Amino acid sequence: MSQAAPLARLAPAPVAMPGDAARLVARSPAVDAVGLEGRAASLATRSIKQASKRRALELAIRCMDLTTLEGSDTPGKIVALCAKAVRPDPLEPTIPSVAAVCLYPQLVPVAVEQLANSSVAVASVAGGFPSGLGPLEARLAEIRAVAASGADEIDIVLNRSLFLGGRYADAFAELVAAREAAGTAHLKVILETGELGSYDRVRQASVLAMAAGADFIKTSTGKIGVNATLPIALCMMEAVREFHAQTGRAVGVKVAGGIRKSKQAIQYLVVLHETLGTHWLTPERFRIGASSLLNDILMQLSKGATGRYAGPDYFTDD
Amino acid sequence: MSDAIERTSAPWDYAPAPESRELVKLQDRYGLFIGGAFVEPKSGRSYTTIDPSSEEPLAEVAEAGAQDVARAVEAAREAADGWQALPGAERAKYLFRIARQLQERAREFAVLESMNGGKPIKESRDIDLPLAAAHFFYYAGWADKLAYAFPGRSPRPLGVAGQIIPWNFPLLMASWKLAPALAAGNTAVLKPAETTPLTALLLAQVIQEAELPPGVVNILTGAGSTGAALVDAPVDKIAFTGSTEVGKAIRRATAGTGKRLTLELGGKAANIVFEDAPLDQAVEGVVNGIFFNQGHVCCAGSRLLVQEPVFEVLLDKLKQRLQTLRLGDPLDKNTDIGAINSRAQLEKIEALVATGQQEGAELYQPDCALPERGFWFRPSLFTGVTQSHRIAREEIFGPVLSILTFRTPEEAVTKANDTPYGLSAGIWTEKGSRILWMAQRMRAGVVWANTFNRFDPTSPFGGYQESGFGREGGLHGLAPYLALDGPPA
Repeated sequence: MSQAAPLARLAPAPVAMPGDAARLVARSPAVDAVGLEGRAASLATRSIKQASKRRALELAIRCMDLTTLEGSDTPGKIVALCAKAVRPDPLEPTIPSVAAVCLYPQLVPVAVEQLANSSVAVASVAGGFPSGLGPLEARLAEIRAVAASGADEIDIVLNRSLFLGGRYADAFAELVAAREAAGTAHLKVILETGELGSYDRVRQASVLAMAAGADFIKTSTGKIGVNATLPIALCMMEAVREFHAQTGRAVGVKVAGGIRKSKQAIQYLVVLHETLGTHWLTPERFRIGASSLLNDILMQLSKGATGRYAGPDYFTDD
Repeated sequence: MSDAIERTSAPWDYAPAPESRELVKLQDRYGLFIGGAFVEPKSGRSYTTIDPSSEEPLAEVAEAGAQDVARAVEAAREAADGWQALPGAERAKYLFRIARQLQERAREFAVLESMNGGKPIKESRDIDLPLAAAHFFYYAGWADKLAYAFPGRSPRPLGVAGQIIPWNFPLLMASWKLAPALAAGNTAVLKPAETTPLTALLLAQVIQEAELPPGVVNILTGAGSTGAALVDAPVDKIAFTGSTEVGKAIRRATAGTGKRLTLELGGKAANIVFEDAPLDQAVEGVVNGIFFNQGHVCCAGSRLLVQEPVFEVLLDKLKQRLQTLRLGDPLDKNTDIGAINSRAQLEKIEALVATGQQEGAELYQPDCALPERGFWFRPSLFTGVTQSHRIAREEIFGPVLSILTFRTPEEAVTKANDTPYGLSAGIWTEKGSRILWMAQRMRAGVVWANTFNRFDPTSPFGGYQESGFGREGGLHGLAPYLALDGPPA
């Protein structure tokens, strides 16, 4: 995204004050687990074939945040990741670039340089990822630093300690401060749904993050056992739909963690399509955070084109 | 980037994903299944059964006359002694065998069910077939435990059961009827509905292959006159699922004859949404409640009662959701709404919807395209409905929802119960105590809480008032097929 200077954009402003946070949570609609999971399971049985499958797979690539979040990441690894992000299949130039690479703050300058002439955005986690429990000032400073180093998108975490402890105003105020620190960068708020314990809580956290000015709400850090699931994604999308109906603002959804197979990616796209509609079928409003998923999609696309599955050695490992 | 948005925002049409019809091997014509063999009807009559989604003929099917009915009842009578003399565990073996065959041939049955009845393959595949097999498995388990099912009551089979089933869940209703009857030691003469005979005839083949003793199950295809002849025949019990009008006629015909009778008839169920309900899931429940199987469901939630504060938001959500329903080829795996079962039913739905409009209710339908051939009706909502409108009182048996509002729980109870029917009800609220308070007051055989149209062989199902009497499913569903001596429970 570093190439064509992005149109000057206004970051979304918070639509509530910290004093409203408890009321927002209390007014958040109840979610029935059985019904939610039933609906997700029923959408997962959609049969997506032929041209509609190819379209979904290409869209999944275009909506992908190709991610590496390892303590062992080095500039060399990021260079390779960026090359893959720009051209996922070196032999097949018609395959689109991914939406963004997603990495740790220290490696942002490497990615910014590598992606300077591409459409691929640089996303960084920040704000004390993954727990979000460092000193607030340090977390905000990290967000500012990441924004200053040229990241287009910043993935921060909700303070689950405050949220689950019922200190909604404090949790909300932190999100608002993070929004401000991120400047005009796209802000994705990770709810870490696997720690929230119920769909009601997922819905409440979604409402808080959206009201605080998040561009995206995101399921997971990928650092705990429970990552994105279809029902959780559906629950967040229903929150997005209602927020859009109430405020007119379209918030994006990012699913992350454990999405490794094309079939899963297609299921998320179906849930997105049938919950939020066609207008969310764009990288501006939907992302999949993944790494090994990309090669599986390439394999499926090549199978669609040739009628045969190629072995894993025919796709680059980065 | 703006270019990209336009490109991606194009509609994402799902490519057709039809289930293959090749599994189904149809004969050109079918006889009657009597005494373990397919025989030509003595009536000499037959009719053509069609695919309601295309109006294409599928097969010629015999139409049983009074002589054929007499022959089938005789075959069932002859088989009765031997069948009831079998140890329960032996009867169970046959039922387990049928259940396993239904599972093994589930896809074939599901495709045929959708071809002949018009229901979406995802429903016949995921609901009708698993439930049909589950009923045989469940009642097979009771066959050798009848003495324990009714302690101290010496249960004995009744003899020959005449069973008349509807066209909305053809195979599933056959299972609901046959499984408990056979487990209890009765023999049966089953009459499938005129428009949907084919899965019952495939079931007859499965029964043959399971080597069920000849005459234990007899299957007679035909129309209303065949059913009437069966009601008049010397059987010991009649079990009927269908319209209230026919149910009343059967009750008159059997009065004073000593024939046992169970009736599972129409409904006009209330689906009640309180303001604290999980609304997004309630929308799914409402949609499932009325559009499941094109609304051809006796327990369909055809009256939506919404508490006033959430009426508008719920209505908006419902309208949005209706736009995403996929109507079309029943065999397409992505189809949500299939074909209306017959021209006659379509005309009935159209007439009642026209009445609703004349009476001043406001109709909403999504702008989905209808196929050119076959019988189709758009999923429909009526707002501005009052209790006195015909569409709030009469069973439409189609994809048409009437929406009313209420203010207090008492008013919801009054409105929900203000119907001659009483088959089912749904309650949507986060408050557990209110669910119990409401359920105690609903005059309905089934009350669902925060869900709708859930079925299980262990759970009794049946109605109040004009929805009929007697229960099917569970232990309760066994009792109507048994004579119970000894002190009443």
